[in-house]
Amino acid sequence: MEKRVVFRSAWLPYALVAPQIAITIIFFFWPAAQAVYYSFLVQDPFGLSTQFVWFQNFQELFQNDHYLASFKITAIFSALVAFSGLAISLLLAVMADHVVRGALAYKTLLIWPYAVAPAIAGVLWAFLFAPSIGIVSYFLRRMGYDWNWVLQGDQAMALIVIASTWKQISYNFLFFLAGLQSIPRSLLEAAAIDGATPFRRFWTIVFPLLSPTTFFLLVINIVYAFFGTFGVVDATTQGGPAGATQILVYKVYYDGVKAADLGGSAAQSVVLMAIVIVLTVVQFRFVEKKVQY
Amino acid sequence: MIRKSLVAALALLGATAAHAQTEIQWWHSMGGALGDRLNDLANKFNASQKDYKIVPTFKGSYPESMTAAIAAYRAGNAPHILQVFEVGTATMMSAKGAIVPVYKLMKDADERFDPKAYLGPVAGYYTDSKGNMLSFPFNSSTAIFYWNKDAYRKAGLDPNKPPRTWKEFLANVEKIQASGQKCAYTTSWPSWVHVENFAAWHNIPIGTKENGIAGTDTRFTINDPLHVRQVQMLGELAKKGAFSYAGRTNQGGAKFSSGECAMLTESTGGQANIRRDAKFDWAVTEIPYWDDVKGAPQNAIIGGASLWVMGGKTNNAYKGVAKFFGFLSRPEVQMEWHTTTGYVPITYAAYEMTKKSGFYEKNPGAEVAIKMLMKKPPTANSKGLRFGSYVQGREVFEEEMEAVFAGKKDAKAALDEAVKRGNEILRKFEAANKS
Repeated sequence: MEKRVVFRSAWLPYALVAPQIAITIIFFFWPAAQAVYYSFLVQDPFGLSTQFVWFQNFQELFQNDHYLASFKITAIFSALVAFSGLAISLLLAVMADHVVRGALAYKTLLIWPYAVAPAIAGVLWAFLFAPSIGIVSYFLRRMGYDWNWVLQGDQAMALIVIASTWKQISYNFLFFLAGLQSIPRSLLEAAAIDGATPFRRFWTIVFPLLSPTTFFLLVINIVYAFFGTFGVVDATTQGGPAGATQILVYKVYYDGVKAADLGGSAAQSVVLMAIVIVLTVVQFRFVEKKVQY
Repeated sequence: MIRKSLVAALALLGATAAHAQTEIQWWHSMGGALGDRLNDLANKFNASQKDYKIVPTFKGSYPESMTAAIAAYRAGNAPHILQVFEVGTATMMSAKGAIVPVYKLMKDADERFDPKAYLGPVAGYYTDSKGNMLSFPFNSSTAIFYWNKDAYRKAGLDPNKPPRTWKEFLANVEKIQASGQKCAYTTSWPSWVHVENFAAWHNIPIGTKENGIAGTDTRFTINDPLHVRQVQMLGELAKKGAFSYAGRTNQGGAKFSSGECAMLTESTGGQANIRRDAKFDWAVTEIPYWDDVKGAPQNAIIGGASLWVMGGKTNNAYKGVAKFFGFLSRPEVQMEWHTTTGYVPITYAAYEMTKKSGFYEKNPGAEVAIKMLMKKPPTANSKGLRFGSYVQGREVFEEEMEAVFAGKKDAKAALDEAVKRGNEILRKFEAANKS
């Protein structure tokens, strides 16, 4: 039987949740409503003349090949960031789980990058990979590889994927490690006695038992790749070369803040909002069913 | 820097506390050493009189301070003076009511003001089709050509003979590559150098309606044969590795000063860094031209920024702004700004004064930009440009040029696409600013 606490007062429960609701309305619903409103307007930057144009901003967006290309780029980017972020941190967590001596030091070091702001992470990697002065570029060139992400779209993409993934690994690592430690040792020991190899033990016991954590991280990582990577892109490629790293959220910023096209930018954020709502619903409705709690 | 100006401001406040002073807010984008020079200007003006106090505030990069000012205007507390980069000119100009044109400001304040005193190509950029100056030119530069004399020697070229034409340039590229140096050339600001300045230098337009100055119903025309030829040339050089693309802003400078590339096109403003970093013999000269184009070279156009006066302030404050602009126009003030920052002087008087001072004999590079700007009296094609949302427009050009440099598109297809995409942006701007 479920235990329930019932408030006797009629207003107290509402008063208690009011601050939370107020914050949600002021900082989330209000700006979102504003974005929807602006997406129907064509306005000059100073707000001196405003026209209500219905869906014209959206129409223009979807007739624009470069905006459509931006979808594809965002999909590739998010998939790469989420997949490599999860894979690498899972590997690190499994390794760290086995460390006996000095485990705390290892774990602390692995968590460090999470404290670095995305823009700083971007600049850091941009320095390492800078075409003419970067130390990694220097070695790549020594090995005969023509590294110039300022011009080569694929290389620019690789750069922002590396920088964004690197930043997210710590976070994933922390959750994976906690997940691993909650797996009963007895299960693994029993499997070991039955003669299962470490590899097999991982795939048949550890990985399925980790699936709630993995699912949670998948959602978080995809949302991160969609929204949180803006700082990395702004500090490194700024969407270039030739739009090869123009992810959706960066284009929203560029058009709205740098180019002062409020209507177009608002329309893009509405589209982005719709995508994330759909993605989250899909993830919880379908992917979650396969997860074993 | 901020602390220093704060202290200076406080000291000034203390000295004149008894006097009722009108504060004038000035938002700008000059960081580092340039910011210090700018603060010097404000401090000098503040010390020269008692009625007004200029308060400069650094607001980040050009697009950042413009965005900040737009947001402030919407919230009802815009600064009095705002420094806006040249590509933001059309946006500011269309914001009638949000700005006060400089010619009107000066007339209302009875401040002496003669537009003819300002260098033609500088003033022209900020003047409407009726000849009224709308914003006050502040920091102006232009693109010039840098070459590495040591690399020229190594390639068996005369180190004191830079290429005059693009044909000579191509011949030099081959010799430099033959001498074992892979990267012969790089550039900063690709669109500003190879689209905008290139057009003015060859007296061809980049858009209809006098490059947008005569109206917002303008269209881009940069898919003309000459622009195609230029971008094609760069694309072919990129394929051979002779042209190494560095990026959309001033990144070309580092490739030149590290010795990686032997030639460079970059703003006059890039000289300070190169002087600091380059460990070889180098010099600057005018940008090459195609000698089969009649009338080339015409004149270069400027980059940089001007000062816009925002609307909705008191008459008294506007009087102070006008006085400040009068102060900035003084030859001795201009000469100091020019010689310490590398920006060109904005008045003829300041140019003459600098010439007489013997500064150019000691710094021959400093005069190249002025000579390029004043090569010939500006035509409709070369007095400047004014396209709506040109921050986006220029980005489109750069994206398409990058596609050519990466070998993904040929020049004609890329520039056709650039015109198509650019025109969509112009139409949107036209629609948004219909009043």
